[in-house]
Amino acid sequence: MKRVKQRGKNLNLIIGGGIIVVFLSVMIVSFFYTPYDPNGMDVSNKLQSPNKGNWLGTDDFGRDIFSRVMSGTKTAFLVGSIAVGIGLIFGTVIGGVAGYIGGWIDEIMMRIMDALMAFPGIILALMLVAVFGPGLVNTSIAIGLMTVPGIARIARSGFIQNKEFEYVLSAKLIGAKPLKIMFRHILPNVSSPLIVAASIGFATAMLAESGLSYLGLGVQPPDPSWGRMLKNSQTYMASAPWFTYAPGVAITLMILGFYMLGNAIRDLSDPRSKNE
Amino acid sequence: MSYVIRRILLLLVTLMLVSLITFFVFQIMPGNPARIMLGTEASDTEVLQLEKQLGLDKPLLIQYTDWMKGIITADFGVSIKYSKPVSDLILSRLPVTLSLALMSIIIVVVVAIPLGIFMAQRQNKVSDLFFSSVTQLGMAIPPFWFGMLLIMYLGMVFSFFSVSGYVPWSESVQGALGSLLLPAVTIALPQIAIKFRYVRNSIIEQLGQDYVRTVQSRGLSAKLIMFKHILKNAMIPILTIFGLIVTEIVAGTVIVEQVFGLPGVGSLLVSSINYRDFPLVQGIIMYITVAVVFVNFIIDMLYTVMDPRIRLE
Repeated sequence: MKRVKQRGKNLNLIIGGGIIVVFLSVMIVSFFYTPYDPNGMDVSNKLQSPNKGNWLGTDDFGRDIFSRVMSGTKTAFLVGSIAVGIGLIFGTVIGGVAGYIGGWIDEIMMRIMDALMAFPGIILALMLVAVFGPGLVNTSIAIGLMTVPGIARIARSGFIQNKEFEYVLSAKLIGAKPLKIMFRHILPNVSSPLIVAASIGFATAMLAESGLSYLGLGVQPPDPSWGRMLKNSQTYMASAPWFTYAPGVAITLMILGFYMLGNAIRDLSDPRSKNE
Repeated sequence: MSYVIRRILLLLVTLMLVSLITFFVFQIMPGNPARIMLGTEASDTEVLQLEKQLGLDKPLLIQYTDWMKGIITADFGVSIKYSKPVSDLILSRLPVTLSLALMSIIIVVVVAIPLGIFMAQRQNKVSDLFFSSVTQLGMAIPPFWFGMLLIMYLGMVFSFFSVSGYVPWSESVQGALGSLLLPAVTIALPQIAIKFRYVRNSIIEQLGQDYVRTVQSRGLSAKLIMFKHILKNAMIPILTIFGLIVTEIVAGTVIVEQVFGLPGVGSLLVSSINYRDFPLVQGIIMYITVAVVFVNFIIDMLYTVMDPRIRLE
């Protein structure tokens, strides 16, 4: 019984980590080399099925799908990094301050977070995109803000737990300032749930980005986006199914990778948690 | 009782903050909203006229209170594109979204709970590992792509499913089912994956409790223990998790309606963003969020009826 459980954890780490490493390598390669220009159109060569020249076929403008999927990794990682960065920074600061200081500041901040969470997921991002316009950066910021309340809650509960511990008291006694206690002493001790949240947040951000791009309200051309490729492929589902498989599989694998990695890190950092 | 009062106060605070956020996000819009809505070719007089029509020339606080007064009386403003009240537009689209959301919730409940019970009895076997991977995959696949695949593999093969457009219930029950089933499954999939794990875990947690060993020692059959004892105790955490489902499902409808070409509230929202019809965008977002907040409040109140312990906390 125990062996299977152990293997399950390692599997998550190996497969999840492996997927992310492969995508990272593809991204690095795509900076220097793609088989074709990802935006190079060749209408005479459109909607070709996978062949020797175009490994994954071509799209409705005759662009090489393999090259486009490759360069799509850049967008995916960029959106994920910006969104998770915003979520982590704002979430940690808001949750940390609320949890550490407590009192009415905590009450006000958490009520605002609750109100943000009341907006059903993507609708908050849609509202921000409606106001600030679509595009890679705006979409990433909107998605990042969407993840702030969740991360703030995690940070808050960690700070509340830790502020009662003796190491915080001793730091106070030697005269450390509150900011230093919060970020030098407490933060490292609440970092593992935040790292898990960041990994899961990457997956959430990619799901949201692909969804917004599918609606035409996310990443705009010429930035390559898997969600947008899928949107374009929908018209040709019956005649050119390969057009939809490549970007769809790429998104799914990448999100799966971040989920598995997040779950693996949680299991490693908290052995009591169940193998989920 | 104090719990109920506290919960009602929280509800009011949340609604207040939601309205403030929805209102003021549209105020920090870069540029003149009237000009953005009318496009670059509009003359200055047209812009001024629209500003006056929308009350944009009044002070912010007055604008907000006017807007809020409207919302309390179910007046969510007037759409610019359609020149109709926002609430009329939403109400005409509501049957589609409501049917879709309800169907998705039913699918999630009907699949996730039995599956969770079944898998809890087979923990840590190879099948469990397999299912755990499948659920992670179910959470990872973007719903809109899963919907596209369903259209390709099921919609185009079986004529029962209509893969685009909506058949009203009043026209044909079979037609309505055919047009809603695939989108409902699409929205349900990631929720099934998440909920099934919760069901499984909360049952496994119960399996380790003393009372289970006691009833086992009394020689009760495994089936009886599961359905008469364990499920009753596992139900509260399960219900808490299922309470959150409404928010998720509603978020799911926005994108999935687009995939299947369903004329629901979600697709109205997306097209209103494309038309830069800001009063409509604002109205829909407010409407959806207020509805979700109310539903969640009602679900919360139901828990207190079922489990008196919550009231006493």
